[in-house]
Amino acid sequence: MSTLIRHHGGSIILITFFIALILTVVPLPDSLRVARPDWVLIVLIYWAMALPHRVGVGIGWLIGLFTDVLTGMLLGQHALAYCLVAYLTLKLHQRLRLYPLWQQALSVLILLALGQLLVLWINGIVGRPIHSWTYWLPSLVGALLWPPIFVILRGLRRAFRVI
Amino acid sequence: MVFALASIVLMTIDHRQHHLESFKSGLSVVVYPIQFLINLPSTTRSWVEESFATRRALQEDNARLHAQHLLLQARLQKFDALEAENVRLRDLLDSSFKVGDRVLIAELISVDLDPYRHQVVLNKGSRQDVFVGQPLVDASGVMGQIVQVTPFTSTAMLITDLAHATPVQVNRNGLRSIAVGTGSLQELSLPHIPNSADIQVGDLLVTSGLGGRFPPGYPVAQVMAITIDPGHAFAQVTARPLSHLDRSREVLLVWAPPPEAAPSFDPQSETDADAASNTETGTATETAPAAEPEQPPAEGATP
Repeated sequence: MSTLIRHHGGSIILITFFIALILTVVPLPDSLRVARPDWVLIVLIYWAMALPHRVGVGIGWLIGLFTDVLTGMLLGQHALAYCLVAYLTLKLHQRLRLYPLWQQALSVLILLALGQLLVLWINGIVGRPIHSWTYWLPSLVGALLWPPIFVILRGLRRAFRVI
Repeated sequence: MVFALASIVLMTIDHRQHHLESFKSGLSVVVYPIQFLINLPSTTRSWVEESFATRRALQEDNARLHAQHLLLQARLQKFDALEAENVRLRDLLDSSFKVGDRVLIAELISVDLDPYRHQVVLNKGSRQDVFVGQPLVDASGVMGQIVQVTPFTSTAMLITDLAHATPVQVNRNGLRSIAVGTGSLQELSLPHIPNSADIQVGDLLVTSGLGGRFPPGYPVAQVMAITIDPGHAFAQVTARPLSHLDRSREVLLVWAPPPEAAPSFDPQSETDADAASNTETGTATETAPAAEPEQPPAEGATP
């Protein structure tokens, strides 16, 4: 995090994460529950890609901790997944920015699936294996929703000049 | 990479020991506004429904409740006599047994957790003396137990969660077993019931009180199907939970009588050692409930 650039609009980043956390636990009908995308991770990928000097591994870890507490999971489970995905996004952010939207969505699919894979492994280690293919639906839905989310978040970032 | 290490350490500590409870509660207080905000629409709806209820609807409600009250009162008269008799008989047997437990009504907060776990969030927390391991019941049966407590809310694991096991006994003959969650809200399974055991479809399963978590005598489930395959050592028994796990909004938190009263539920049984080895409490971290020894059916003493 460079201190030379004046930060601006941090509250927008906070608000988007807050909304994502709300969406993570808002009640849905049973048929849609299994397909709920990982909103927090999607928002995290966007900010890590758009503002790599502000949102990075540390923020990802912290937000992951909150997600763990909110969803009653093992403390640190999402934190680990999120900080790893944030790290990869930081590494790839220059490439990701140049991709057209659909190609970005594909990369996001891989990142989201990787995050889910880590959570799945940890669940397996602590003795809660999940044997259902629908477990991967959230990543797919997340990738499909990436273009609109990207456009919305970009609009927010430009409107409030978040740098 | 420091963060990755930190999260691995956190997970290990959280999984193995429980030193992180205060840290977790601290974080939970931060996320409490989120839960409150999500619950707001449903609280508002019920509030609006209540305040704009018509006079007629209220009258009807009142009449219905009056009728129900009368009915329950009549039943309670009989129950009082039975309770007195029960206590007297137990006095004769020198076993302490408390029929009435202290309870507190809690409401579910409409928050969706992981779809692969059966957990619910309640609006009562350590401020109201809720503690980890506390049993949770609704009007028709046992629902689950508390696994995490924060100052304002608490998280409960339902009896159908994959990691949950409830010590039960058949109400008809006292045959003890363990009801393990299957991950489906409609089904519990009873592993390790011998093929020759006396268990029938329709049998009521109540908590046995072994393990000291659940007070004895609360209804848990009803046996739905028994499949006896001579090729297997044990019968496959499934049961349907009696509590409305997916519909109840108001639940009861139970303060069980002191633990020394619980194991002496079955005084003339000589299987104290067995009872000790059978302390399957069904905590979240117990991953091998299947390894429990099973009681032979003959020695289940009728309570």
